[in-house]
Amino acid sequence: MISFAVFTCIILAAVFANIIAPYNPFDPASLNLMNGFTPPMQANDFTGEVFLMGTDDQGRDLFSTILYGLRISLFVGVMAVALAMVLGVLLGLIAGFFGGWFDVLIMRFADIQMTFPSILVAMLIYGVAKGVLPPDLRYEMSITVLIISIGLSEWVPFARTVRGSTLVEKEKEYIIAAKMIGLNKWQIMIRHILPNVLSPVLVIATITFALAIIAEATLSFLGVGVPTTKPSLGTLIRIGQDFLFSGEWWILLFPAITLLALALSINLFGDWLRDTLNPKLK
Amino acid sequence: MLIIILKRLMQAVMVLLFVAFISFLIFRFVGNPVESLLGQEATVAQRAALEEALGLNEPIYVQYAKFVWRALQFDFGNSYRGALPVAELIATRLPATLELALTSATFAVIFGVITGIYTAIHRGSFLTNLILSTSLIGVSLPTFLIGVLLIWLFSVELNWLPSFGRGDVVDLGWWSTGFLTLSGLKSLILPSITLGLYQMTLIMRLTRAEMLEVLQQDFIRLAKSLGQSNRQIYFFHALPNILIPVITITGLQLGSVIAFAIITETVFQWPGVGLLFINAVYFVDIPVMSAYLLLVGFAFVVINLVVDLLYLLIDPRLRDSQMRGEN
Repeated sequence: MISFAVFTCIILAAVFANIIAPYNPFDPASLNLMNGFTPPMQANDFTGEVFLMGTDDQGRDLFSTILYGLRISLFVGVMAVALAMVLGVLLGLIAGFFGGWFDVLIMRFADIQMTFPSILVAMLIYGVAKGVLPPDLRYEMSITVLIISIGLSEWVPFARTVRGSTLVEKEKEYIIAAKMIGLNKWQIMIRHILPNVLSPVLVIATITFALAIIAEATLSFLGVGVPTTKPSLGTLIRIGQDFLFSGEWWILLFPAITLLALALSINLFGDWLRDTLNPKLK
Repeated sequence: MLIIILKRLMQAVMVLLFVAFISFLIFRFVGNPVESLLGQEATVAQRAALEEALGLNEPIYVQYAKFVWRALQFDFGNSYRGALPVAELIATRLPATLELALTSATFAVIFGVITGIYTAIHRGSFLTNLILSTSLIGVSLPTFLIGVLLIWLFSVELNWLPSFGRGDVVDLGWWSTGFLTLSGLKSLILPSITLGLYQMTLIMRLTRAEMLEVLQQDFIRLAKSLGQSNRQIYFFHALPNILIPVITITGLQLGSVIAFAIITETVFQWPGVGLLFINAVYFVDIPVMSAYLLLVGFAFVVINLVVDLLYLLIDPRLRDSQMRGEN
């Protein structure tokens, strides 16, 4: 239950970031380079300002940057899971309901994609997408490309589960009855089969959400994620690592703790959710 | 039996050809090789000439066939940055990654099996609970965060171990090794722990689960009733039965190792193939990306095939069900 509280706190902090945060770190006009490298809770030598968690190398208040960065991380996570869910459920329904060549093709492709770890797939899709886009669009579309690459790397568990449930539901009498009434295939699929195969999807969605958050942090850390002017937690940790040896420990510590808290609370909350939703334990 | 092996081989080849096709698509259609090689001021005639020379006007299947043929001869084109042949780039950096992977796998297997057996035998003890809760944190921590925190503790604060690079390496012909120098060995420690920690957690859980299950079996009870010592039971009867699933799962984990190696190499600036790949993604260096995909795909398919076949060979029950067509 602590994890639920922590998780909710983090979500609320991210949603209300622009009210809580004392500064807006994404507005270049508000940054003062002289503020850079201020330790936490100490007055800056030049401007005299005090920052709760100190500042990074560009004078951004770390507390605000973490809050805004959380926003981006959560946004990317939610959108990526949504993409993976929609794509996976759709493909699973098609594979299970229509069978035949669709089934073979989709499942073979899923098997091949599953032999590669999802983060590798995400990196590849990101690289290819960046290569396809003209150079001037690459910066603006960074977040979209990131969402697409993480989403496309995580659709397979959804598809597999939905396909299995669809295969089972297909044989049931109410579907045969619907066919006899004359409903067309898409109507049957969406209005009758879909609601009955959705329950495991929520479980998979929570697992995928945790994976997506960590994937986004990893990709941002590696430099192939969000652009550096809109840093997410991963980017901040990367910056922090660069300045570790010169003694500015706070640039690393606070984002690291935030990321750890986020990942742990999502994992524990997901575990709790799965245990509660599991009909076998009731 | 031979038919099963042939079927598996055929499937593996199909998957390889498909991966090669994706790799070819990336290589040919993403980015503009003509522009990258000639620059933006080339005339139309120059571009047309280069297109003819590179064979870009031939039908797709011909280009694909040529791509595969050249790949089999280890010719992957030249990198966009520096115009070095990609095969050479990969070959010089491969030993670094392989040494890192080998060391981390050894670390993961040894410590994973030991802790797994310990937690299975001494259930409920303080150390067991400590290990299990730490493993939960280990799973939640992203790999790069583990690496960075290790650097902070051991390099910055304690100054015991180097924080980047490979140290001094000894050149043995076409392989450069870090095992023979002290600085090389010291540089190997932190990256191997970072890379191996996730695997170790997995192996530990697997070993523990398998051990607990095997210890419930009747033949263990028989051994106890015959008066055999605990040590004999654990290591002579139980352990051999759990080694096979552990080894196969570890083999199948190779995919994660390669992916996490990219991250670990970036954190520690380890000059391996993973760092090469991430730089290629960052700078949109297409030939390196597509060659990496091909190589990695090849490695995965081969490993999966070998593990599959080994499993069939070792476990006669699987063999029979396969032969009866319950595929």
